[in-house]
Amino acid sequence: MNGRRTFLRGFLSVLLSGGAIGGILKILPSKADAREAPPKGQIWYGFGVSVDKCIGCARCMDACKTENNVPREPFFFRTWVERYITRKNGTTVVKTIEPNLEPSPEIASDKSILRSFFVPKLCNQCASPPCVQVCPVGATFQTKDGVVLVNEKTCIGCRYCIQACPYGARYLNPVSKTADKCTFCYHRISQGLLPACVEVCPTQARIFGDLNAAASPMSRFLRMNKIHVLKPGLNTEPKVYYANLDGEVR
Amino acid sequence: MNPEFIRTLHDLLPQIQGFIYPNEIEIHWGLLIVVYPYITGVVAGAFILASLVKVFNVREVQPLYRLSLLTALAYLLVAPMALVAHLGHPERFYEILLTPQTSSAMAMFGFVYAWYLMAVLLLEIWFVHRTDMIAWAEQEKGVMRFIHRTLALYSRDTGDRSVAFDHKALKVITIVGIPSAFLLHGYVGFIFGSIKANPWWSSVLIPIVFLFSAIVSGIALVILLYMVLTPLTGGKISMRCVDKAVDFLFYAVIVDFSLEFVDFIHRVYQSEEEIKILSEMVMSKLFASLVIIQVLLGMLVPLLLISLTKIFKRRFSLNEDLRKMVYFIAVILIQMGIFATRWNVVIGGQMFSKSFRGLTTYKMEFAGIEGLLFAILLLALPIIILAVLTKILPPWKEMHGEGVSEGVEVAGS
Repeated sequence: MNGRRTFLRGFLSVLLSGGAIGGILKILPSKADAREAPPKGQIWYGFGVSVDKCIGCARCMDACKTENNVPREPFFFRTWVERYITRKNGTTVVKTIEPNLEPSPEIASDKSILRSFFVPKLCNQCASPPCVQVCPVGATFQTKDGVVLVNEKTCIGCRYCIQACPYGARYLNPVSKTADKCTFCYHRISQGLLPACVEVCPTQARIFGDLNAAASPMSRFLRMNKIHVLKPGLNTEPKVYYANLDGEVR
Repeated sequence: MNPEFIRTLHDLLPQIQGFIYPNEIEIHWGLLIVVYPYITGVVAGAFILASLVKVFNVREVQPLYRLSLLTALAYLLVAPMALVAHLGHPERFYEILLTPQTSSAMAMFGFVYAWYLMAVLLLEIWFVHRTDMIAWAEQEKGVMRFIHRTLALYSRDTGDRSVAFDHKALKVITIVGIPSAFLLHGYVGFIFGSIKANPWWSSVLIPIVFLFSAIVSGIALVILLYMVLTPLTGGKISMRCVDKAVDFLFYAVIVDFSLEFVDFIHRVYQSEEEIKILSEMVMSKLFASLVIIQVLLGMLVPLLLISLTKIFKRRFSLNEDLRKMVYFIAVILIQMGIFATRWNVVIGGQMFSKSFRGLTTYKMEFAGIEGLLFAILLLALPIIILAVLTKILPPWKEMHGEGVSEGVEVAGS
């Protein structure tokens, strides 16, 4: 009886001393903080979008589909552009831009429109990506430079990652039957080139670069603008940064 | 690329309301994923009914004991089929076991499944039937004799000590089995509940709601099977047993209903940014399946029916056939309601856009791997497996209340 009592007393004192609490804390997402600030000198890619500069020409959408062999049908996108039209009565209508479609000229003369703008969207390459967390086989993974990729050879096509992505950035490639999404054109950036969408953008609404390099256009973009990210409340820590983002955009 | 699939997507385009992200037109988890939690729910529920006899000494439901164990096994064998069939690469399913991502709730499926199948259900069924299998083999000839011998693993010991060991083992397995059954269905709920991107799913209550709806569906199904199979095999339905099982079903439905109601009130009261699109979805796309089938027909009507038998106890006691009919209708309605629950969670969770600005739509295929025909086959398969299982391990004696089995002794011990 005495032995048991001593054991219980010892056990309780360990519990109260915080040793157990420390153990529990280990399962909390402390990793995300480590990823947020990678050591200086290490590449950590980010993407900038200047909402005011986008003219909705959809060249980025076209370039992405060509560069990455994305099916041409209007259901599969690695990047797309949304058009927002807010009227004076407060209603907002959103549409996805269709490539090769002339913008309707009557919008310019429509006096009931309060404001209208375009928002380019793509995979947010989250620092704490929910898609990586849920992938049952580790086919979706994060590279050292912060890019989230999908291994086509091991993806089982369960689509859990598609469900977990809050940004609708993923789709199931109808040819490979595996999950697919924007890779920041990893095959290009690892050669020192820019992603295809950034290269073709005629207004430089899309900016790409190393977040850790103080002199890069990306760092300059972050320095010169008031920055917002999409759905910050979900704590996914997106690395696609928006300048002049309207509160309507989700 | 499959041109037919692309055409189906084109057909969906005009049905979209408001704005959805362009990748959201296709609903990725279809009918097969509705079937999956329904089937695992039956497994967990049937096992919990079985454990009422063993752990909680509810002797009235003893006739259901073996039937519920076999039902759980039959449904468990079919559960992974729904999952594997829906994969883009079914031939790679083993990767989930070889290189599992420990942070993924889905990666745990194989392990939870294997644990439940091997360490709980098969062991319990084996220990329950061991002495019977030895006895059957002695009276049989040919194939059945071989099957029973082999299934009994050639054990012939029916001495007091080994029988006592069987009983002890059974008790331990059942005690381990209850949390395992909770784990099985709780984790299926967790698969959905942990998706923070989807406010229809993302709720701590989801695993618990799943659990109670599992208990409801399992108990209701075993009662239904008992009421259908007993007369077919020449027995008489024990109303004492059905009354008691329906009692438990009644409480489980009340808890399940209350949990879902709390979840609903909580969402409406918090009224976060997604509330508008969710209420629009419920009132338009899910009205029939959620309001009418799940809540009204699947819960309130059965609750009312069972309550009536309790309120007018004397009248219903006098007329056993009337009571039987009321129960029969109630369990069928409950079964429909629980299937609708799975539908509303799985399909409903994908009908609204994560932009909270629009609704997409689900078009069920008929043929094809994700189609209605295959889903019906998957739902019928456990019944066929159960028919085979009852040939090998007949539960009839116990269902007719004749045979004295280990269950009674253990319950009493």
